[in-house]
Amino acid sequence: MAERAFSATRLPGFATIAVVVFLVLYLPIFTLVIFSFNDANSVAIWGGFSLRWYQIAWANDDVKEAAVRSLIIATSAALIATTVATMAALGTTRRAAFKGQTLIYVIINQPLMVPEIVTAVALLIFFGFIKVTTGYQGLGYLIAAHSAFCVPFAYLPIRARLEGMDLSLETAAADLYATPWQTFRKVTLPILLPGIIAGAMLAFVISLDDVVITEFVKSGGQDTLPTYMLGQIRRAVTPDVNAISTALLVLTVLLLTAFFLLTRRRD
Amino acid sequence: MNKDVAVEVRNAVKAFGQGDSAVRALDDVSVNIRKGEFFTLLGPSGCGKTTLLRLIAGFETPTSGEILLDGKDITRDPPNRRPVNTVFQSYALFPHLTVAQNIGFGLEMQGRPKAEIADVTANMLALVQLGPMAQRKTSQLSGGQQQRVALARALAPRPKVLLLDEPLSALDLKLRKEMQIELKRLQLETGITFIFVTHDQEEALTMSDRIGVMSAGKIQQIGAPRDIYTRPVNRFVASFIGESNFLSGAVETGGVRLSCGDLVDAAGSEGRSGKVTLAVRPEQVRLTRAGEPGALPATITDWVYFGTDTHCHLALSDGTEVVARLQSPATGDAGLEKGKAVALRFAPGAAQVLGD
Repeated sequence: MAERAFSATRLPGFATIAVVVFLVLYLPIFTLVIFSFNDANSVAIWGGFSLRWYQIAWANDDVKEAAVRSLIIATSAALIATTVATMAALGTTRRAAFKGQTLIYVIINQPLMVPEIVTAVALLIFFGFIKVTTGYQGLGYLIAAHSAFCVPFAYLPIRARLEGMDLSLETAAADLYATPWQTFRKVTLPILLPGIIAGAMLAFVISLDDVVITEFVKSGGQDTLPTYMLGQIRRAVTPDVNAISTALLVLTVLLLTAFFLLTRRRD
Repeated sequence: MNKDVAVEVRNAVKAFGQGDSAVRALDDVSVNIRKGEFFTLLGPSGCGKTTLLRLIAGFETPTSGEILLDGKDITRDPPNRRPVNTVFQSYALFPHLTVAQNIGFGLEMQGRPKAEIADVTANMLALVQLGPMAQRKTSQLSGGQQQRVALARALAPRPKVLLLDEPLSALDLKLRKEMQIELKRLQLETGITFIFVTHDQEEALTMSDRIGVMSAGKIQQIGAPRDIYTRPVNRFVASFIGESNFLSGAVETGGVRLSCGDLVDAAGSEGRSGKVTLAVRPEQVRLTRAGEPGALPATITDWVYFGTDTHCHLALSDGTEVVARLQSPATGDAGLEKGKAVALRFAPGAAQVLGD
């Protein structure tokens, strides 16, 4: 009999472990989604199917305000972070290797490595100082903070796309009479676009569900959806939080699916 | 200024790195490339041939020296302002564009009218026999077809000079032979000056009007393929292009006295004196019977059968090794036996005195 190639699927307990992992990962989320359709007032006892909590959440002006605020912040942060990340990725890959390259990577990816709570406290103090000096209290602080920690999430897919892109493409464009700007517009940008969109969506999702930094940076009355929910749960656990979470989950899943489809596409 | 010269490179030096660790990729290279010729830069990897090509394209600027195109100094012009196009080793086709859009790219960047772009693109597609592929993405093409798109794209703006950076190296042998013929045909049909970079001596010999052999950042010899092969100027050229036997000797009246004591005729000994090295191609070595007058006594040390020919390894009386490439006989082994005493002769004019 021919010897079969090694496969992890034949290791003892493979199937069991796989099932356990999937259960641990998804069972809580399934429970959340199912109980968001619960007709009962309790979050733990099933009382029949109903869209009641969705209606209640939808009718709640605080929820709507927080949702709109979340979307404004996430959209602005995604746009700013993606622009910065695109420039950073071009600057670090469309050139010969240079001294200090690793240091630059570390600096760009700093938000991934520094504990979020440290950044949050630092921003609280820093923005507090600016607030006192300028008197400005608006959403700008949240947008700035979110833009900053979203940069590495936007940077990574863009850089990955650029690294897979032959540098001689730009050389060829220049050889064929394209000015540096035309080269960027007609060659670099169109090929890079899926990476940029992927980066923007990842940044959007990361901004949308941030709690720690938002909680520290926000001024009064600047709740985003996640911090609003956190505030609600502190008082009483009501099933409308399930409904909001499910809505957020659906949005995130849609965006992440689009992200995978875009990054999977290879030319 | 010479009106027949397309590209003139004057004393080009290209150094990479700083101070003591600087490497001279090009070391004072001067060459004139004539209008309408197929000129090949041939040499091993790292000899500077690609650097020279990149200087002409404008992807690098020389550390010192000048590059002239049609007599005009273009040394500092960026690549997009030079009427010179390149076929890249990796083809560098734009993956987001169709075949036709790739070919029309240069014309579009020059701001030519749409009708003209469509016209030229159609002509180019016909020229490289890719008409039916016009609307395909380049990733859907085979290697040979991609190669043709790269050629058409570089030819479409009708450059004064076409630069080709080892364009055939990624193709398999059969396709490479086809493309060699195709390239030569395109060059004759378009009349454009081609500068072709390769490390493949056969490619250089079969396609070129002239070859510039490069080594260690310098041009060693420039000449027609036949000159390069039959009259190599130094040991590098003689061994890089084809194979050679090297024999040491001293110049005397009437020829060169080899170290084994025999006197032979040699081209290029005029004006030379003292110790020299002779190069003789293996196929120019003839075997004869031992004791034949005027022939060099030798002993067969080994022989290897190669199909069309047989390589016979010989030792002269002082032990110098010589290889003779003999046509294999239809039957038998031509009487080759290890240890057999024979004699050898060089074909008239085959022995060449090398420079230092």
